[in-house]
Amino acid sequence: MELLLIKEGFPLLSFLIFLPLVGAVVLLFFHGQTFARFWALLVTGVTAVSSIPLLISFDSSSTKYQLAEAYSWIPRFHINYIVGVDGISILLVLLTTLIMPFCVLASWKYIQQRVAPFMFCLLVMETSMIGVFVALDFVLFYIFWEFMLIPMYLLIAVWGGPRRVYASIKFFLYTLAGSVLLLVAIIALYLKSGSFFIPEMMWQPYSLTFQILVFLAFFLAFAIKVPMFPFHTWLPAAHVEAPTAGSVILASVLLKMGTYGMLRFCLPITPDATFLLATPILWLSIAGIIYGGFTALAQQDMKKLIAYSSVGHMGFVTLGIFVLNTRGVEGAILQMVNHGVTTGALFLLVGMIYERTHSRELALATGVGRYMPWFVTLLTFFSLSAFAFPGTNSFIGEFMVLAGAFQHNTALALAAIPGAVLAAAYMLRMLQKIVWGGTANPDQSYLTDLGVREVVVLTPFLLFVFWIGLGPQPFVNLIHGSVNHLLEQLQDWQQHQQVASVLWH
Amino acid sequence: MTIFPELVLATGALTLFLVSLAKTPSERLSYAVALVFGTATFVATLLSFHSQGLLFYGAYAVDQYSQLFKVLIAFSLLISLGFVKNLKGVSIDIHAEYYLFLLLCVLGLMMLVSSVELIAILVSLELSSFALYLLVPMRDDRTGLRMQMEAGMKYILFGIMATGFMLYGMSLLFGLTGTTYLKDILVFLGNSPPQPVVVIAILMVQAGFLYKLAAFPMHFWVPDVYQGACNATAGVIATLPKFAAVALLIRFFILPTGYAPMVVELLAVLALCSMFYGNLCALVQKDLKRMLGFSGIAHAGFILLALLTLKAEGYGVAIYYIAGYVLMNLACFLVINQASQGGENVRIDDLSGLYKRQPMLAFVLATGLFGLAGIPPFIGFMGKFLVLTTVLRADHLLVVCLAVINTAIAIYYYLSVVKVVYTVEPEDRPAIAVGPMVQLSGIVLVIMITLLGVFPGKLVDYASTVVQSLH
Repeated sequence: MELLLIKEGFPLLSFLIFLPLVGAVVLLFFHGQTFARFWALLVTGVTAVSSIPLLISFDSSSTKYQLAEAYSWIPRFHINYIVGVDGISILLVLLTTLIMPFCVLASWKYIQQRVAPFMFCLLVMETSMIGVFVALDFVLFYIFWEFMLIPMYLLIAVWGGPRRVYASIKFFLYTLAGSVLLLVAIIALYLKSGSFFIPEMMWQPYSLTFQILVFLAFFLAFAIKVPMFPFHTWLPAAHVEAPTAGSVILASVLLKMGTYGMLRFCLPITPDATFLLATPILWLSIAGIIYGGFTALAQQDMKKLIAYSSVGHMGFVTLGIFVLNTRGVEGAILQMVNHGVTTGALFLLVGMIYERTHSRELALATGVGRYMPWFVTLLTFFSLSAFAFPGTNSFIGEFMVLAGAFQHNTALALAAIPGAVLAAAYMLRMLQKIVWGGTANPDQSYLTDLGVREVVVLTPFLLFVFWIGLGPQPFVNLIHGSVNHLLEQLQDWQQHQQVASVLWH
Repeated sequence: MTIFPELVLATGALTLFLVSLAKTPSERLSYAVALVFGTATFVATLLSFHSQGLLFYGAYAVDQYSQLFKVLIAFSLLISLGFVKNLKGVSIDIHAEYYLFLLLCVLGLMMLVSSVELIAILVSLELSSFALYLLVPMRDDRTGLRMQMEAGMKYILFGIMATGFMLYGMSLLFGLTGTTYLKDILVFLGNSPPQPVVVIAILMVQAGFLYKLAAFPMHFWVPDVYQGACNATAGVIATLPKFAAVALLIRFFILPTGYAPMVVELLAVLALCSMFYGNLCALVQKDLKRMLGFSGIAHAGFILLALLTLKAEGYGVAIYYIAGYVLMNLACFLVINQASQGGENVRIDDLSGLYKRQPMLAFVLATGLFGLAGIPPFIGFMGKFLVLTTVLRADHLLVVCLAVINTAIAIYYYLSVVKVVYTVEPEDRPAIAVGPMVQLSGIVLVIMITLLGVFPGKLVDYASTVVQSLH
């Protein structure tokens, strides 16, 4: 427990977890449409504002888990309620809390039927997403991790597009099937280490076979969530059919859970297996980057295009994690946030055009630049960010990841470069069609430009695009301590193993 | 006070008998009597929760163990009485008899969990079984196919066969030890050298309870009986007897056989067969009750997993698991009873658009099904998780892996029901009105399924300590 910096006084993290849940319970009793909208906005807004103090009380020089709370929960099985944040999770918590009010705003007009249940699902989602990022007890983590499937399933299945039934079931089955073995791995770790407290499971002398088995169970669960090539097939379906808010949550937060899990669990709990299996995973990431790029290039559906681009972008994140050096891992964490900001905004933009044309077909949205100048201006900024144009956020992230990759293995880094080029190709192709189109554009004169609400929704995203793009230092500072600590421990572990093996032979 | 609940039930049954003597027995009167006595039983079990005593020449033990089960049984009875209102699917002139046999069955189950002597166990088991055998064919003959008769015949024939096995096992036990008291048998077996025949005797006795639990290989009756019995009866068969089955399985598994590893292996095989058979068959079902029947077989497999540790903790977890299973099944049967307009069977398609027709029922059903599928934070998840933990602690990695693969298979059929409820349009299916009693039962069930899932500690601890006292 010396790894925890217990927070005295107000339990901020628990407040962040359970406030949306309480808000959701209120919605069970009051069903008014307008009330539901304003109430959800209020609850997510309050959660977002109350998450700001996290930054103030967070001490980035410490490598401990901060703002921690620990209560006994099920003593017989050594299960405790322990939450806390460190440099790896704090940005993801903030990303979640800050993005949720905009998800509510994005659904303001989009969702016209069964508004209260929709907002109920959104709020419950928020609870479980924050819970996943702050849980330091593996059972608590798993409960949030799995519970999330239910509201997300309902968001897609009830409010989704025409093929929503297929997409939602695929999403549910894929993710659930991936995480059943995770449960076995958790129990096995508990039996070895005697506790479900995650930090106590780290850096234990497990045998190599045990580590490899646990790693594979972890990897299957997290790779499906990321999703890594070749486990990605649920993603395009789910993204395309989900309502805008669902797509934004999926892209911005849900996908990050996979990479967060790899960082939090794979590296420190199964270090030997990580060293052993890093290379194939790195090449899988490259395959994902290239595959995502080429597939995105061929899409006619805007949401599908962005979905496949996510496969590519998340490939960069896993690439950064498994090169196992400071630049790579920091770049990966930054890239997680960047992808959340940029892709979230792109989905919002597609949602906005969908509300007008009721189609996601690229061919039907050509040439809207003339009638929607604000829309295309914003779209341009976010598209530039999506293919890592210098000055935008993704540039920093991808640059750091590539720098880390070069440090690790030149061939690997060179293989990732075409992915960056492909990103420019497919984003510019989309941009060209939407802004100008060709000579045979459909009549778009009935379109109205973005309203105030929509511009307000997008502005903060734009702010972060340039803030991280031009001055990333504050963000890097937040994560640097924890990442360094993690990698130092990893190095010590490796040296220790080498010494041990020399002594043995 | 010690046998207060049993006395209340017996009085209730007699009252219903008097009601049934009237020329035109009133439907509302019989329901009211049943409900009053159901509530009184629940209150009585709570009042006598801490009673202790050994009655009837030591054949009938009232202790913490039995009282815990009595509370669970009485609670489930009360909830099922809360939602069977109108008893659709049973002819009106036999409503009084229906409730009469229902109470007698529960009386038998309560006596069963208290019995600690072979003959007493047999008598109570038969009392509860024969009451249930009668409930099945009481369904009205709506289809003209006499489906209920077929179900009743299957239930009784398989049941009697299981009883036969049990009697044979009991005779062997008596022959080996010269006594019919479980306590003396325990001492005798503990002091004698291991004999293979002990294993056979105990397994044969267990066959009778595996039949009640619907575990492989005593599961054949399940789908047809669930389908043939009316919705209310199927709800009773799926829930109440399982408590008694688990209670008695534990009572017999604490007897030392001398061949523990063999018993463990056998249980593991039975558990896995139950799971695979139940889950794979459930995948293709169109009738909701049949699906729940097969899912019940799979869950019986999980109970056997918990039991195979042969330790107090595993037994405690098994009790927790069965309590959770019954709560979730009650939630499902509550919805089946309401969704069935005139007592006919409910196909999964019939639930189309239930979300629009009655959101509350859809919510209860989704909670029950997600719980059965083992999604957190519901009680089904915690039960599954604790079972897997205790089994893996006993070092059965392969069994645990196969069990979690089963949960991945199972999610598909639970989810396809949820899909129909939430995403398919109702078309011309009418809205469903639910009364206050049903709403109350539904809300209580949802709250219990969630709360007991999040806070399992107290119940598991209590159950484990209580089981410890049996040794």
